Amino acid sequence: MTFSLRFRAAVVSIALLAAFLGIWHLATRSTATTTTMSPEYAKLMGLTATQGKSAMPGPLDVGAKLWEHFKQPFYDKGPNDKGLGIQLGYSIGRVGLGYLLAVIVAIPLGFLIGMSPLISKALDPFIQVLKPISPLAWMPLALYTIKDSSISAIFVIFICSVWPMLLNTAFGVAAVRKEWINVARTLEVGTIRRAFTVILPAAAPTILTGMRISIGIAWLVIVAAEMLVGGTGIGYFVWNEWNNLSITNVIIAILLIGVVGMLLDQILARFTRMVTFPE
Amino acid sequence: MSTFDNPFDPDRRLRAGGCSCGQHVSEAEHEHAALALRCEPQPSEEKRYEGVVASAVMRAMFPKEVARRAFLKSVGASTALAAISQFFPLQTATELFAQGGVPEKKDLKVGFIPITCATPIIMAHPLGFYSKHGLNVEVVKTAGWAVIRDKTINKEYDAAHMLAPMPIAISLGLGANAIPFTVPAIENINGQGITLAVKHKDKRDPKDWKGMKFAIPFDYSMHNYLLRYYLAEHGLDPDTDVQLRSVPPPEMVANLRADNIDGFLAPDNICQRAIYDGVGFMHILSKEIWDGHPCCSFAASREFITSSPNSFAALTRAIVDATAYASKAENRKQIAEAIAPANYINAPVTVLEQVLTGTYADGLGGVKTDAKRVDFDPFPWQSFAVWMLTQMKRWGQIKGDVDYKAVAEQVYLATDTKKVMAEMGLTPPATSYKSFSVMGKTFDPEKPDDYLASFKIRKAS
Repeated sequence: MTFSLRFRAAVVSIALLAAFLGIWHLATRSTATTTTMSPEYAKLMGLTATQGKSAMPGPLDVGAKLWEHFKQPFYDKGPNDKGLGIQLGYSIGRVGLGYLLAVIVAIPLGFLIGMSPLISKALDPFIQVLKPISPLAWMPLALYTIKDSSISAIFVIFICSVWPMLLNTAFGVAAVRKEWINVARTLEVGTIRRAFTVILPAAAPTILTGMRISIGIAWLVIVAAEMLVGGTGIGYFVWNEWNNLSITNVIIAILLIGVVGMLLDQILARFTRMVTFPE
Repeated sequence: MSTFDNPFDPDRRLRAGGCSCGQHVSEAEHEHAALALRCEPQPSEEKRYEGVVASAVMRAMFPKEVARRAFLKSVGASTALAAISQFFPLQTATELFAQGGVPEKKDLKVGFIPITCATPIIMAHPLGFYSKHGLNVEVVKTAGWAVIRDKTINKEYDAAHMLAPMPIAISLGLGANAIPFTVPAIENINGQGITLAVKHKDKRDPKDWKGMKFAIPFDYSMHNYLLRYYLAEHGLDPDTDVQLRSVPPPEMVANLRADNIDGFLAPDNICQRAIYDGVGFMHILSKEIWDGHPCCSFAASREFITSSPNSFAALTRAIVDATAYASKAENRKQIAEAIAPANYINAPVTVLEQVLTGTYADGLGGVKTDAKRVDFDPFPWQSFAVWMLTQMKRWGQIKGDVDYKAVAEQVYLATDTKKVMAEMGLTPPATSYKSFSVMGKTFDPEKPDDYLASFKIRKAS
C-alpha cells in the first residue's frame, strides 16, 4: 500500500503542526503557583500574577483572538486603532509603491549597465558600497531630509528593493548568448529593437528572479520600518500591541506577515514561470 | 480693574490701588493669594466664561466706574445682569468667546507617546475638548521620543507631547538642530515611580544598588535627572556605580521580566503594568523625591505660534481646559476609561485606574492610596526650566555657561499661559518662578550656579 509522495508529505506536515501546537499548549499551561493575596489586592493585579497564568499565550488564546480579528477585519476606530485588514492594506500599499519605483529605476538602469561595459565598470564601486547598507540605516537620514515619515518608509522600501533587481537585470542582460545578438546584428536589427525583441525575452527569467528576491526583502523591511515610524501598517500594529504587552496579537501579526509574504512571493514565482523558456 | 473683579459689585473700590498685580484689594491679600500658587480650576467652564464675558460687557456699557456703581446701586446686580442679557446675547457671546479668534488652521495633528503623562492631550480628543475650542485635532500615537521630536520638527505634527526637558534641549540644539521650541503648558506633575524587579524586594536601600542596571525613557527626561539625583543623594555616582540605559517605556516591562535590567524610573502606567504582571514592585513614587515635579510638557515650535497664533491659542486653551478637568479627582475614573482603548494608550483599564485614582497595588501584597500620585497642573513654571538646566549642566549635557533665565523664559511661555488662563477665568499664579525642594534640599531659582556647585557628585566638567 503506497500513497503518493504529496499525500505522505501532507500527513507529515499536519503531524508536525499538531505536535507543535500540542507542545505549545502544554508549555503555556497555568502553573499552579498561586500565592495567597488579599482579594482587594488581587483585584488590582493581572492574571499572570493572581492565577499563575503564563505570560505566553497558548494556541487557544491565539485562535480565539484570531477569530475575533477575522470577524471584523476592516473596523476603523480612529487614527491609532484600525482593523488588521486596513493595516495590512497600508503595508501592502507602501511596499507596492516603493517596489514600483524601484522597478522603474532598476530595470532600465540594469539594462544600461548590462549592455555597456563602460557604465558597468563606472557604476560598480557605487553599487558595491550602497548595496550592503541596511535599509533601516537610511531611516534617520530619510526622515531628516524628506521630512515626511510615510514617504520615508516608501523610500526605505525603494532603496532596499532596488539592488537585487538592478544586479539581476544587469547580469541577465550581460549574459544573453552572444550568438543571438550576433544573429540580430547580421539581420541589421536596430539597438532599441534588439533590446526589446532579443535581450528582454532572453533576460526576463533572471530579471524576474531579481524582482522576486526584492519583493521578499521589501516585505521584510516594511514591518521594521513601520515599527520605527508608527502611524499605520502591520508593523505599527505589532508595535502598538507590544506596547500593551499583548503577545497574543503580536503572534497573530507574525502569522499574517508570514502568510502575506508567502502570497507575494508566489505571485512573483508565477510570473517567473510564465517568462521562463526551455533552451 | 482686572478681569477677576466682579463688576456687579457696587461696593467695589473705584480706583485700583492695592496690590502689585491689581487683582487684590491690598498687598496683604495679594500675598495671601500668592501663597496658594497652585492653580485650582473653577467649578465649571461655562460659568467661568460667562462671568468673563458678562464683566466685559458690563465694562463696555459703563466705561466710567462711577456711573456703573450708580446704576448697580439703583437696580441691583441680578436685575442688571438680566437686563443686559435681554438685549445683549450673552449666551452667544460666551460661546464665541470660548472659541477665541478664528483659527488659521483647523485640522491639526498632535503627537503623543502612550503613557499616562499624556492624559490631557489624549483625553481632550474622546472627551471633546478640542472640538469645544473649534479645532479638529487628530491625536497620533508615536513610537518614541526621538521620532516625536523629528516629526514635530518636520512639521508633520503641529504640536506634540514631549518630556519637559526636551523643548529646552531642542532649543539649545542638544541632540538635534537648534530650533526654537516652546512649552505653553505642562501636562502632568508627579506620576512616575522607581520600580524594581521582585527579586530585589529586600534591597530597599539605594546604597546596595551598586552595579545594578536601570532603564530611563530618554536622556533628556525628568526621569533621568530624578533618578540620578536620587542615586547621588544616596552616595552613588550614576555614571560609574550603576548603568543607566535609555529604553522605550513599553520595552521596560519586557526587559524587567527577561532580567536584562534591575529596575527603572518610568511613567506610572509602565510601573503599574510591571506590578500588574507580577514582575516588579514599586520602590518609591517620584513624588517622594520631589513633590510636584513636572514630567511631560505640551510643546510646539515657535514657528507654529507665529504662523498660526489663533490655532495655537485655541490648542492651548483646549489643553489647559483638559488639564483642569483631569486635575479633579472625581473625573479620573471616567478619564481612565476614555484613554484605555487601543486608539489611545492601549492598556488594561485597571492599570490606568490605579494610576489616575491613586489607589494601587504596590507589588508586595499591599494596597496603597495616594490621591496625588499623579496630578495635572498646566502652569509652566520657569523655575522648573532653570532646575532642569542646572541638572543638564550637572551631568555634562550642557558644557560651558548658560543664561538660565533667558533660556527658561524663551521656552517656558509662562506669560502667554497666564493670559490664556486669565481669559478662561482660571486663576494663574502671580509669579513665574517659585522655589521648591527636592529631597529636602531647597532650590532657589535666583541662584542656580550656587545650587549646582553645592552637589558633590556630578560629572567633572
